Amino acid sequence: MPESIRNDQSPAGANFPRDRSWHPPAFTPWYKTSVPRSPKQALISLDGTVSEITGPVFGHNMLGELDNDLVRNFAKPGESPIGQRIIVHGRVLDENGRGVAGALVEFWQANAGGRYRHKKETYLAPLDPNFGGCGRTITAEDGFYSFRTIKPGPYPWPNGVNDWRPAHIHFSVFGHSFSQRLITQMYFEGDPLIWQCPIVKTIPSREAIESLIAPLDMANTIPMDARAYKFDIVLRGRRSTLFENRMEGN
Amino acid sequence: MVQSLGLLKETPSQTAGPYVHIGCVPNFSGIEGVYPEDLGRGMVNARTRGERITVTGRVIDGTGTPLRDVLVEIWQADAMGLYNSPMETRGQADPEFTGWGRCPGDMTSGEFRFETIKPGAVPYPDGRIQAPHITFWIVARGINIGLHTRMYFPDEEAANAADPLLSRIEHKIRVPTLIAKSSGGGAYVFDIHLQGDNETIFLDI
Ligand SMILES: [Fe+3]
Repeated sequence: MPESIRNDQSPAGANFPRDRSWHPPAFTPWYKTSVPRSPKQALISLDGTVSEITGPVFGHNMLGELDNDLVRNFAKPGESPIGQRIIVHGRVLDENGRGVAGALVEFWQANAGGRYRHKKETYLAPLDPNFGGCGRTITAEDGFYSFRTIKPGPYPWPNGVNDWRPAHIHFSVFGHSFSQRLITQMYFEGDPLIWQCPIVKTIPSREAIESLIAPLDMANTIPMDARAYKFDIVLRGRRSTLFENRMEGN
Repeated sequence: MVQSLGLLKETPSQTAGPYVHIGCVPNFSGIEGVYPEDLGRGMVNARTRGERITVTGRVIDGTGTPLRDVLVEIWQADAMGLYNSPMETRGQADPEFTGWGRCPGDMTSGEFRFETIKPGAVPYPDGRIQAPHITFWIVARGINIGLHTRMYFPDEEAANAADPLLSRIEHKIRVPTLIAKSSGGGAYVFDIHLQGDNETIFLDI
C-alpha cells in the first residue's frame, strides 16, 4: 500500500546479481584441489527472498580489546611477534559505494616466516610463540575498519612441484544480508609472487586481481612504528524497492 | 557517452584455504585464549521457542571422500518464521534465537553438527509461502567461491510440493538433494555432495 514515494533507501530490496564472470569459476584445474570440489551442474538462480536478504548481526560488545591487534592478542606480556609491523585499514562498501556499518570482518594469516599456527600445517618455518594469527573487528558507521599485525611471509604449498603463495591475509566478511557473505584474500603491492600464484590465477581478469592488492599507504603510516596498507572491500549492492510487484497484505 | 551508473565491482572471492579455522573458529584449531569461544557454536538456549532439532551431515567431494577441512554456516528463521536480523521488517524475531550457526567439519570424519530449532515458514516475494528451510553456506580449500544451498525437511511434503523454489526446479530428479533425511527424534541428516550423481543443487542467490 504505497502511501507516498519516499526518496530514502528502502531496506528490503534483494542484492544485485553476482557477476560470476568476475569471480573465480568453481573448476580451475591448475588449482588442483578445485577439481574434485567444484560442482558440475549449473547453479539454480534464486532472486533474494527474505531468507537471503536478512543476515546475522554482531554487536561491538562481543569484541575483546585486543581483537584487532594481532601484535598483542597472542603475545606473552611484554613480548612481541617477530616481523614487520603493519596497519591494515580500509572501508567495507557496497556496490552502490555506501559504507557498510556494523559488518563483522575476521582475518587470519601466517606469521612473518610464512607459517600458520594450525594442527595440519607442515611447513618447516618455525612458529612464533608470540603470534596467533587471528583477529576480528566490526566496521564503524561509515564502514571503516582497521587492525594491526605483522606482515605475513610467503609460503610454499603442495600443488605444483614448486608453488608459493604470495604474502596474503585471509578475510571473512558479513554484510547485512546473508547473500553478501564473502571470503577473500588481500595481497601486498609489489609482491612478484602474486602473478605466479595458481590461487590468484583462479580469478579471470587482471583488473579483478588488482582489486585484491593493497597499496602501501605512507600517509597513514605511523612514523618509527608501523607502515600502513589500505584495503577496501566491496560487498554486493542492494536494489532499491522502488516499484516492486508485491501482493497486497505482505 | 552517457552518465555513469557509478557502481563498484564486488571484491572477488578467494578460497578460504585449509586454515580457515584460524580466523573463523580459532579455539577449534588450537588457538586458545584469543576469543572466549568460537562464534556460531550456540544457536539456542533454554528460553528459545520452538522444536529442538539437530542437523548433522558431511560435505562430500567427487571421489566420495568427506571434506575434513570444511566450514559450514547456516542461517534460518525462528519458529514463527521471522529472522533475527535488522533487515527483518515483518516483526520481532525470538531474541533468544540467533538464527546463525557456524561449524567446522570434524578433522577426522568431516561431520558437522548444529543444534537448533525447526524454522517456521517464510514468504516468497510474491506472497506465496516457502516451505521451512535452512540456508547453508559452504567454504573450504578448493572451493573458489562459497557455495549456497538450502536444506528442506522430509516431514513437510505438502509444503515442499508448494515451495516456489522446489516446484520450479526443472530436473525433478535433483530435488531430493535439498531434502534432509530424518533419523527420528528431531534428528536430521543432510549430506552435501559437491559432484556426482547426487550432486546437491547449489544456488546463485
Ligand atoms: Fe593462506
